[in-house]
Amino acid sequence: MQTADLLPLVLVLAAVAYGFAYMRSRAVAAPLGGIRNLKALPAYYAARAALWCAIPALIILGAWAAFEGKVIQNVVMASLPAELTPQSAGHASLTLSQISNLAAGKLNPAMVPDGISNAAVLLQELREQSSRFKSLLVILIAVLGGTFAWTRVAPTINARKSVELTLQRLFFVCAAVAILTTIGIVFSVIFETVRFFGKVPMSEFLFGTNWSPQTALRADQVGSEGAFGVIPLFTGTLMISAIAMLIAVPVGLLSAVYLSEYASPRMRSVVKPLLEMLAGVPTVVYGFFAALTVAPFIRDLALMVGLEASSQSALAAGLVMGIMIIPFVSSLSDDVINAVPRSLRDGSLALGATQSETMKNVIFPAALPGIMGGILLAASRAIGETMIVVMAAGLAANLTANPLDSVTTVTVQIVTLLTGDQEFDSAKTLAAFALGMMLFIVTLLLNVIALKVVRKYREQYD
Amino acid sequence: MTKPGSHAEREGSQAELIRRSLKRRYRKERRFRLYGITAIFIALFSLVILFTDIISKGYTGFIKTTVTLEVHLDGELMYLNDAADPEQIAMADFQAPIIKAMQAYFPEASSRADMRELSRMTGSYASNQVRDLLKENPDWLGTTRTIEFPAHDTVSVYVKHAGDPGYSIRLTEQQQRWTDELLSKGVIDTGFNDVFFTSGDSREPSNAGILGALVGSLLTMGITLVIAFPVGVAAAIYLEEFAPSNRLTDFIEVNINNLAAVPSIIFGLLGLAVFIGLFGMPRSVPVVGGLVLALMTLPTIIISSRAAIKSVPPSIREAAEGIGASKMQVVLHHVLPLAMPGMLTGSIIGMAQALGETAPLLLIGMVAFIVEIPDGFFSSATVLPVQIFIWAGSAEQGFVELASAGIMVLLAFLITMNAFAIWLRKRLERRW
Repeated sequence: MQTADLLPLVLVLAAVAYGFAYMRSRAVAAPLGGIRNLKALPAYYAARAALWCAIPALIILGAWAAFEGKVIQNVVMASLPAELTPQSAGHASLTLSQISNLAAGKLNPAMVPDGISNAAVLLQELREQSSRFKSLLVILIAVLGGTFAWTRVAPTINARKSVELTLQRLFFVCAAVAILTTIGIVFSVIFETVRFFGKVPMSEFLFGTNWSPQTALRADQVGSEGAFGVIPLFTGTLMISAIAMLIAVPVGLLSAVYLSEYASPRMRSVVKPLLEMLAGVPTVVYGFFAALTVAPFIRDLALMVGLEASSQSALAAGLVMGIMIIPFVSSLSDDVINAVPRSLRDGSLALGATQSETMKNVIFPAALPGIMGGILLAASRAIGETMIVVMAAGLAANLTANPLDSVTTVTVQIVTLLTGDQEFDSAKTLAAFALGMMLFIVTLLLNVIALKVVRKYREQYD
Repeated sequence: MTKPGSHAEREGSQAELIRRSLKRRYRKERRFRLYGITAIFIALFSLVILFTDIISKGYTGFIKTTVTLEVHLDGELMYLNDAADPEQIAMADFQAPIIKAMQAYFPEASSRADMRELSRMTGSYASNQVRDLLKENPDWLGTTRTIEFPAHDTVSVYVKHAGDPGYSIRLTEQQQRWTDELLSKGVIDTGFNDVFFTSGDSREPSNAGILGALVGSLLTMGITLVIAFPVGVAAAIYLEEFAPSNRLTDFIEVNINNLAAVPSIIFGLLGLAVFIGLFGMPRSVPVVGGLVLALMTLPTIIISSRAAIKSVPPSIREAAEGIGASKMQVVLHHVLPLAMPGMLTGSIIGMAQALGETAPLLLIGMVAFIVEIPDGFFSSATVLPVQIFIWAGSAEQGFVELASAGIMVLLAFLITMNAFAIWLRKRLERRW
């Protein structure tokens, strides 16, 4: 049975265990004079049985499903005769896909060497065996667990306490998923990055000014090493993000100020949701808009004034990214401005300052740390933004300061290096993980600082 | 004081000074307000431009151009005398009867070059369409049938976009003349593009549809919802109600806040390294996509669920505790039901974000060209935003309007989800 079928089956078994335990608890209580003589309500005995039935079975099922594929793959690969044992990781993945296609019946067995077709038969066999064992084990454990809990329905046992404790632990595990995700992210980038620095020295990566990751097919080809200097990617990312921030910060900040200080409640109730709509538009839509409308428009405009602009200019990507970030800046600044105590504002107005003077001389300085935090968060979002730049910025790693030129960014390179045909272990693929690591570190630093600043600011006025 | 005469003078000049500075200050005030209005105008103007651009580019995506022909399914012309024989079907020429049917309108087009041009009036898959019809109905051989073909991409562009500088017409002058004539005869016609909603991707714009991506999105979102919602709510309950204030709890909170701001593409790297690399899960399947998006949306759901739990007044808790409920009973029987509307609202908004997400899915291979409509959680699939990305980058002109039409479908979904969330909040949320 497949995982997808086993999952509902376990839940059905748990429901059955619930029913049986419920009936048993009532049966046990009846001679004593009703359920009031039990230590817990019948539903708790039943819930305990359901938990005993489902949780161990689901843990086994999850672990089995997670590692089954990998273990079978390794066994199959180990079974290959010596002459077919793949030499490189790329070759290995090719052989593996050949075997699995063969097993799925998509490939004619006559077209491959015997070793491979034998491996395919083995693969099929192992899969069936694994599936059989998995089903048996899971069902057995579920039934055993349920039965065990069923036998332990007794008036002296307080089932409520154990159910509540289990639930509380389950809740904790769910909260800990956040830690697991972070660990997962760190580990998934760190291993590949270390391997990458084994192939390309770190100093070359960090300070090199040339980026062309095309590794050659043959070792003797010209430029076969590829160049992995990250500086042009960094300047490109910075340029596009800077353009975006130049748009988003003034527009977002000023609209937040206007909305919180001047606008009538009616205008506020209309404009705010509209601004939030800008935040809800998927990034792929912005990318489409940047690549097909804004970029050609800027190119034509530049031609009209006699400048030459690339059809994938940094300016187009930056402009559209700026529009995307406006609501982000405005809603964060809105929060911060509204958090400034009313007394400061009233005091300033009472001294005769105009609203704009109050804003500029009292509220803004008071809100500045919070606003800075918001801007940092927005900057981290601009740096990590992917789709707009993938669609509207170029692939060529130019080291330039001209916003009309085409530049490339860290995120664009990650996507280009990891989509399409790829082989694990080549410097090209590993480079993407090294870039990911840099991106993660930079955005993490920005976020940590920003969150600290914002929190400190909030505490100041709470 | 010492010089009373100059006192009045000074007062006058001070009043004058104040009056003048007041003028300047009011001017500044007006200017400041103007800046604010300009900023709002810029933001809203971009929104309007964005939407008009997409609608004006995309509404033609909902229109299809068809060529309806009386095709005589002549066995001799197709080198086919038994339509039930798969070998003959594989060898037969299904283009010939279509050209023949076109020639009925243009008898003068008989040279090889003319015939080639005629064959490029119907879509590239027209012959496959004839083949499939014959496979299904072998007894049609030798009869004359009225068949509606999708027009060729170039014809479609000519019919829909003649005179639009954004498109280049790639028909020869002769083909343009033919198209005009067939249009006036009603052979070439336009109609609602049902193909767009009933088929998967294709190499030919006129055969490409969004259904495959839509189903892929639904499957992926299903996985995301099933994982992210319960886990998110449980995590929020733990953090708000049970967590002791210690370092571990602090660490969890810091992690959640940071994960909410980690670029989405990093989650794609996580999916690639952990789910595909470590666990050996297949590429481009909704399960992996759903898992990655679930991890990505989890912080959003946790944060909004915590806010919802916080907004339940302490009096409810105290009353429940007062009549002897245990901590868990207070939470599950009283706090959770009251916080549920807020949690649902936050989750729907998180799901809407996940539905529009593209970047992480590119890395786990959901960007493949997939014609079939996915039929399960483990079949190769793509999702709506990725389909839009693929079409936006395609060379054929016809795909641009499909991409914008796809965007409209995506936005319609997002707006519906958000509107539902707002409705839910208004309908169910209680103010205390």
